[in-house]
Amino acid sequence: MKFGKDIISPENKVFEKTKLLTDEYLHYCPGCGHSVVHRLLMEALEDLNLGDETIGVAPVGCSVFAYHYMDIDMQQAAHGRAPAVATGIKRVMPDKTVFTYQGDGDLAAIGTAETIHACNRGENITFIFINNGIYGMTGGQMAPTTLENMKSSTSPYGRDLKSMGHPLKMTELVANLDGVAYATRQAVHTPALVRKCKKAIVKAFKLQKENKGTTFVEIVTNCNSGWKMRPVQANEWLQKNMIPYYPLGDIKK
Amino acid sequence: MEKDIKLMKGNEAIAEAAIRAGVDAYFGYPITPQSEVIEYLMAEQPEKRTGMVVLQAESEVAAINMIYGAAGAGKRVLTTSSSPGISLMQEGISYIAGAQLPCVLVNVVRGGPGLGTIQPSQADYFQSVKGGGHGDYKLIVLAPASVQESVDFTRLAFDIAFKYRNPVMLLTDGVLGQMMEKVEFFEQQERKKEDEPWATVGKAGRGHRNYITSLFIKPEKMYEVNLELQKKYREVEKNEVRYQEIDTEDADYLFVAYGTTARICQKACQLAREKGIKVGLLRPISLYPYPYDIINKLADKVKGVMVIEMNHGQMVEDVKLAINGKLEVGFMGRSGGIIPTPSEILEALENKFINK
Ligand SMILES: Cc1ncc(C[n+]2csc(CCOP(=O)(O)OP(=O)(O)O)c2C)c(N)n1
Ligand code: SF4
Ligand SMILES: [Mg+2]
Repeated sequence: MKFGKDIISPENKVFEKTKLLTDEYLHYCPGCGHSVVHRLLMEALEDLNLGDETIGVAPVGCSVFAYHYMDIDMQQAAHGRAPAVATGIKRVMPDKTVFTYQGDGDLAAIGTAETIHACNRGENITFIFINNGIYGMTGGQMAPTTLENMKSSTSPYGRDLKSMGHPLKMTELVANLDGVAYATRQAVHTPALVRKCKKAIVKAFKLQKENKGTTFVEIVTNCNSGWKMRPVQANEWLQKNMIPYYPLGDIKK
Repeated sequence: MEKDIKLMKGNEAIAEAAIRAGVDAYFGYPITPQSEVIEYLMAEQPEKRTGMVVLQAESEVAAINMIYGAAGAGKRVLTTSSSPGISLMQEGISYIAGAQLPCVLVNVVRGGPGLGTIQPSQADYFQSVKGGGHGDYKLIVLAPASVQESVDFTRLAFDIAFKYRNPVMLLTDGVLGQMMEKVEFFEQQERKKEDEPWATVGKAGRGHRNYITSLFIKPEKMYEVNLELQKKYREVEKNEVRYQEIDTEDADYLFVAYGTTARICQKACQLAREKGIKVGLLRPISLYPYPYDIINKLADKVKGVMVIEMNHGQMVEDVKLAINGKLEVGFMGRSGGIIPTPSEILEALENKFINK
């Protein structure tokens, strides 16, 4: 079979990058879940035709530069404070679509209070919560979500539950709050899961548009650099270790 | 038109002034001695009067970050707190200054350090004027000395904040917040209709995205942004110095004091003149930018300068900088919620310069 220029034709097109991603090079490590979720998130907004009216809030963490990649209006928030920043934005512009994009250190450690209270007030915003069980950006320290016995640079002998506490199931926690309309846990390490995850993100934004309350999408991802693994190995490890503790699916729908 | 005069507490007057100034949103957390601001707003239901949003945040940390978000949308936003709460806000304030967002903050200062006392104090001068949060930034700081000025400066603060895209702080204290005075209100201003060109409101109709950030990871860029900030601060220093001179023309001695202590010094000046001692008062209104020049000039005419503060010596450092060694500078301070009396202020001046 020969492949020439002639195969470049509309009927052969199977994929197009969403227009809501800029052309800047992603700085994420190859294989990192952040890149996949960036794409899904922007695809979801494009599908719903919300790109023009959405304001996103970037965290402090590996995704601090999300605003360089997402071609929509964005604000960069202090570490953990994205839910408060999003609250400020949404309260003065209730008709706009607002989301936060946060890592597990950002959302479930330093920013736990802001997360719980935004959810409890039922702020009409969408949380995109990237749980990779570690502090990726600062070099692989323990996060509240780090698994039992999992090694990190601040738990070099593995997380000891007695002295370091238990891995925090944030989505189960916020699902208990009356302000939360939708809480789900997704993943993106297989093509089927990628498709499911996008559906969940679309659903969250639809509910936001219907003023149903807070929508919360956790995405369990790898951090191959922080976990000191190759990308494929990290995905296998994720499936074997993270998913049993953080089971996928809707927790509140 | 009939004058709109009311008898009001300073804190409540600030709340009413905010509604009338066309403020879009207030985010705050209760703390004595300023809780009347949010209580007044909640009772007044400004969403019915002007559409203004009022939200009680879960902490001052959350409140200042709500301010960041709404300010980043180009709205007129206000928060108020008192010393420990303002300490909690410092990271957020630094971000706001770094991202060049306009907003108005009110600190109704109480005594510290720590949980301190709920009584009035001026111990947060350094925190307000010299930084407070991290990085090379400046807050524009206005110090009202009456309930009337609390009202007028609330409105003025928003004009200045938007002119320079910079946070502006009103530095009052427990006396100014709690005391009732006669106050005349300005008429209701409209809320903003136009979006700021830099604001994040959704990119519709603009053709490009806006983003709000204080992150400039490349050293050259961070340096450039810092130079831009410094340029702005020089402009602020040129245009926004405010002060009041009282009885300085023939004065042999000068008090320098701001806010509540300036009011007390005014009485001390009267007592002095009754005794035949010619004393004047220079009251800085803007604490940043500081009125260095006028203090330097006045130092050429008087025999001594006495700084009075409700702390153990903070603004006195700026007075010394202004005078630059030309003249001796005396200081008298009370703290912990103890308010100096006119007679003890006068006595301090006499002991320092006259009966020595
Ligand atoms: C107030 C404050 N404390 C600490 C830091 C340092 N810091 C930056 S990112 C980060 C952790 C990020 O981890 P996570 O939220 O899980 O994001 P990831 O990089 O894993 O996506 C920390 C501790 C900071 N920037 N600000
Ligand atoms: S450090 Fe981890 S989270 Fe950060 S980009 Fe690399 S793989 Fe992704
Ligand atoms: Mg993480």
